[in-house]
Formats: sequence, C-alpha cells, structure tokens
Amino acid sequence: MELVVFVIAGVIVLSGAVGVIAFSNPVHSALALVGTLFGVAVLFVAQEAHFLAAVQVIVYAGAIVVLFLFVIMLLGVDQAENLRVDPLGGQRPGAVIAGGGIIGVALVTLVLAGEDGGGILLGTSAGLGSLTQGEGTNVSRLAEVLFTDYLFAFEITSVLLIIAVVGAVVLARRPPAGEPIIPSAATPGDEPADA
Amino acid sequence: MPEVTDSWYLVLSAVLFTIGMVGLLVRRNPLVMFMCVELMLNAVNLTFVSFAKALDDVGGQVVVFFVLVVAAAEVVVGLGIIVALLRRRPGATADDIATLKG
Repeated sequence: MELVVFVIAGVIVLSGAVGVIAFSNPVHSALALVGTLFGVAVLFVAQEAHFLAAVQVIVYAGAIVVLFLFVIMLLGVDQAENLRVDPLGGQRPGAVIAGGGIIGVALVTLVLAGEDGGGILLGTSAGLGSLTQGEGTNVSRLAEVLFTDYLFAFEITSVLLIIAVVGAVVLARRPPAGEPIIPSAATPGDEPADA
Repeated sequence: MPEVTDSWYLVLSAVLFTIGMVGLLVRRNPLVMFMCVELMLNAVNLTFVSFAKALDDVGGQVVVFFVLVVAAAEVVVGLGIIVALLRRRPGATADDIATLKG
C-alpha cells in the first residue's frame, strides 16, 4: 500500500517538477508547481507529518502559488517564452552536467551510507521527542517541541514575517513621480468612464 | 511488494532538487526561476521529513515548519522585487538584469 502511494505521489511530484521547467508559459509552470507541492504533501502524510502536509497544501499550494499567479496576471508576463533556442551557448549542457554532478554526489553518499548501515547519513537523534511513541497526535507533539525547545526561534519568525510585510509594501508601492514608470496603481475598473 | 525505505524518499528528493537546480540554471523568466527555487526548497523539506521519520525524532519536522515560514517570507519579498523590476522593464529576463544599476 505504501508502495502504491509512493509511486503515484512520486510520479506526480516529478512530472510536476519537469512541467515547471519545461512549459514555456509561466501560467502552466505555476499550475505544474501545484501538482508537485500536492504530491510532496501526500509524501508528508505517508511519513507521519500530518500537520506539515496540511500546512503544505494551505500555505504552498494555496497562498504561494496564488501569489505567483497574481503576479503573472498583474504584470501580464504570461507570454510564452521561446525555449527552442539557447541564448547563451553551452548553458544547457553545463546545467545538465551540474545537475548530474549534484545527483551523482547525492546517490554516492546514499550508497556509501548504506554500506555503513545508515550511520553516516543518519547521525544521531537530537532527542527532541519521538515521532510515533507516546501519547498525543502529530500536531500536539510538534506543538510541544515548537513551544518549548524552539520557542525563541518561533518568536523570531514573527519578527521575520513583519519585516517581510514591510519589505513587500516598500518594494511594491507606487514609485515616486518623475521616474520613468508605467502607471500601475489604477486598475481599469477604478478609472472614470470619461477619462 | 518491496518495502518503501527511507532511501527511496531521499532519492526522490535528490531528483526533485536536481530538476529544480537545472531549471534555475536554464530558465530566464524570473518568475519561473523563482518557482524552481520553491522546488528545491520542497526537496529539502522532503529530506527533513524523511530523516525525522528515520530517526523517530520530531525535530526534523520542526525544521520544516521554519523552512515553510522563511519560504513564505522569501516569496513575498522576492515577488515584490520582481513586480518592481518588471514595472520598470516590462518583459525583462534574467539576461536583462545583468548589471546592478537601476
């Protein structure tokens, strides 16, 4: 059963990932990204990470991809890109070689770790609490660690989010007058009919 | 049926990371490059969750939680930069942003 889940979710993840980089239209790439994120959420569920799977769907597939689509629609950058030509000679072979190197290193590490019985790769548990033993659900175990051992980091993330909000407002606000900018503040619906 | 071990998940996330990296190196649309960064982040999250299960330790999942928060903040700021950029230069690709001049 787990094999079936893994294979189906894995195929969704990988085909979505290939779709992201292979579609020439950014809208299609964003939709393929939804597939990948959803497949990763399924794999989270298969590995006892129920809370993270829910957050993955809500935050990633919900908020972040919608944000991507908003930007694509808002800026009108949804024209297809010509992927046939390689503007920089040798870039694609170089990228494929680099990718092959990365995956080769990863797989060699995995094989070496397997000979060692998983010792190199796994290291030791941090002892923060068991994932499956004891009482409570996945959510309560995660919350307990988050609000005790990682409380300071958790509070700092709220500062980070506020900084991100301020940064987004500063970056996306209407630029000061005098700069050569395409007017963007008013949407067509806001303009008076006789303007 | 063969048993699904942790290595399977690690190999899958390695492949996912590689696809994201190749996409980041190959594509020129800044939005698509950003999506490829998200792919790589997800590959790493999957690795963390696999290790959390393998070690039976909830710490790996906590890290994924923080990665999600930071990724959300990163997307907000990054898309703000892309919006500001594409307003000034409609249709800009990564090649057009080769200098650090405004």
